[in-house]
Amino acid sequence: MPHIEADRLSIEFPLYHVAARSLKKRLMARAAMRLKEDASHRIVVAALRELSFRIEPGERVALVGNNGAGKTTLLRTLAGIYEPVGGRLEVAGRIGSLIDPAAGMDMESTGRENIVLRGLFLGLSEAECEAMADEAGRFSGLGEFLDVPVRTYSAGMSVRLSFAAATLMAPEILLMDEWFLAGDADFMARANERLEQLVVGADILVLATHDLTIVRKWCTRAIRLNGGRIEADGPVAEVVGA
Amino acid sequence: MRAPTALSASPSYVRDAAEPRLTERALTDLSAGLQRWRLAGALARLDIRNRYRGSVLGPFWMTASMAVMIAGIGLLYSTLFKMTLREYLPWLAVSLLVWTTINQIVVDACGSFIGSEGVIRQMPLPYTVHVLRFVFRNAIVAAHSLPLILVVFIVCGVFPGPEAILAIPGLALLAVNAFAVGLFLGMVCARFRDIPQIVTSVMQLFFFLSPVLWKPELLGPSQAWLPLNPFFAMMETVRGPLVEGGAPPIIWVAALAYSALACTVALAFFIRFRGRIAFWV
Repeated sequence: MPHIEADRLSIEFPLYHVAARSLKKRLMARAAMRLKEDASHRIVVAALRELSFRIEPGERVALVGNNGAGKTTLLRTLAGIYEPVGGRLEVAGRIGSLIDPAAGMDMESTGRENIVLRGLFLGLSEAECEAMADEAGRFSGLGEFLDVPVRTYSAGMSVRLSFAAATLMAPEILLMDEWFLAGDADFMARANERLEQLVVGADILVLATHDLTIVRKWCTRAIRLNGGRIEADGPVAEVVGA
Repeated sequence: MRAPTALSASPSYVRDAAEPRLTERALTDLSAGLQRWRLAGALARLDIRNRYRGSVLGPFWMTASMAVMIAGIGLLYSTLFKMTLREYLPWLAVSLLVWTTINQIVVDACGSFIGSEGVIRQMPLPYTVHVLRFVFRNAIVAAHSLPLILVVFIVCGVFPGPEAILAIPGLALLAVNAFAVGLFLGMVCARFRDIPQIVTSVMQLFFFLSPVLWKPELLGPSQAWLPLNPFFAMMETVRGPLVEGGAPPIIWVAALAYSALACTVALAFFIRFRGRIAFWV
């Protein structure tokens, strides 16, 4: 069964290219909250601090919190990009991540080539990718622009392409950042349908967002992060208010 | 929508900081990365295409500039060394082209992870995919210039014997070393951004220290020391079979020893620091 279990999960970002000495002095003076010195005397940012939670199949979890609370870092960690420096993380299930719209996009390639590239990133065969390009091409509604380099696209067009390319999967665990909620209204009407299909199809949804309407509409549980720690964890109504 | 046959992240995984299983994870990364050669190949082709975007000759600029360089240096140095052009040119062509390939590999190795920064931070892929991408990229570059060797052979009317076939294992060994160097330098350069500059200078020094323009015989008895230069050993496994009727066994032993060393060091580093790469780039 798909599930996610984190036990005292911690992520620290080392700050490599800063002048550590002067920073250390300042740290001592201000008793900083999230910057600290690790065992090998590096300055690190404690991005996530000892998070413990378990997500069961069927749960729709919203990650809420201020900018810099650790929402995206948590999504990336769940996606397997960052290695925890402390604690344990267990993720069972096929993961699909919609974290960055431009991830893996090549600006010089055409829309179609980018969709094929996305398929290759996901581990599909070339034939599957070509089939997918047609499907995503239709969905994105880019028409003749599909065979033009992405660098010539307008912002709205790139969002449409990214969205079409990124939703070409049927994951068991869906990790989403809020970027895709920022398309133009016309496209969002169509996108919504597909998103809902994706969300309903996935066993687990983890969504990082500021938009409380979305949280109330889609999620069953909310985790409020603050300064890399869990501040509140429970049903949506309790955590974000009704 | 369809279910992908194989996703980039394995269907289930456990990451436990208290029990990191570094060796196992590094080896899994290696085998998963090599299985994704299609992706690495596609990315490598994109790299080459983007590098020469809008240019008429594209990657054949390398072929053209190498041809001019071989002709120019060939004319000058054959006179300096008092050799006939027919005798010197095939040797120089092989030397220069093989050296340029090695130099290109080592300098480009510094960017094997830095260059894939955008992908590394966004998608969970085996890190070795990025190294494979770098190897393929350089293989494409080499494929644009190495055929010049054949042209020079035809022009000079000099052809190697059947032992030329040994150049293929030589090139294969070079590819294995490229992978090891890409893995090792890629990690070190991602962490310490001064290393690429140092590597460039060191390679420049080795161009003069290695018998690229001059023949090893000119060293007299001291040429016995040459196998201590790893670049010489690597170069000779390709050059020997093509222009000198085969490389002596000592060269092969040295080249294999250096390769084993490079692979061991690269793997050891990869096992130890694999988890840090995402934070370094």
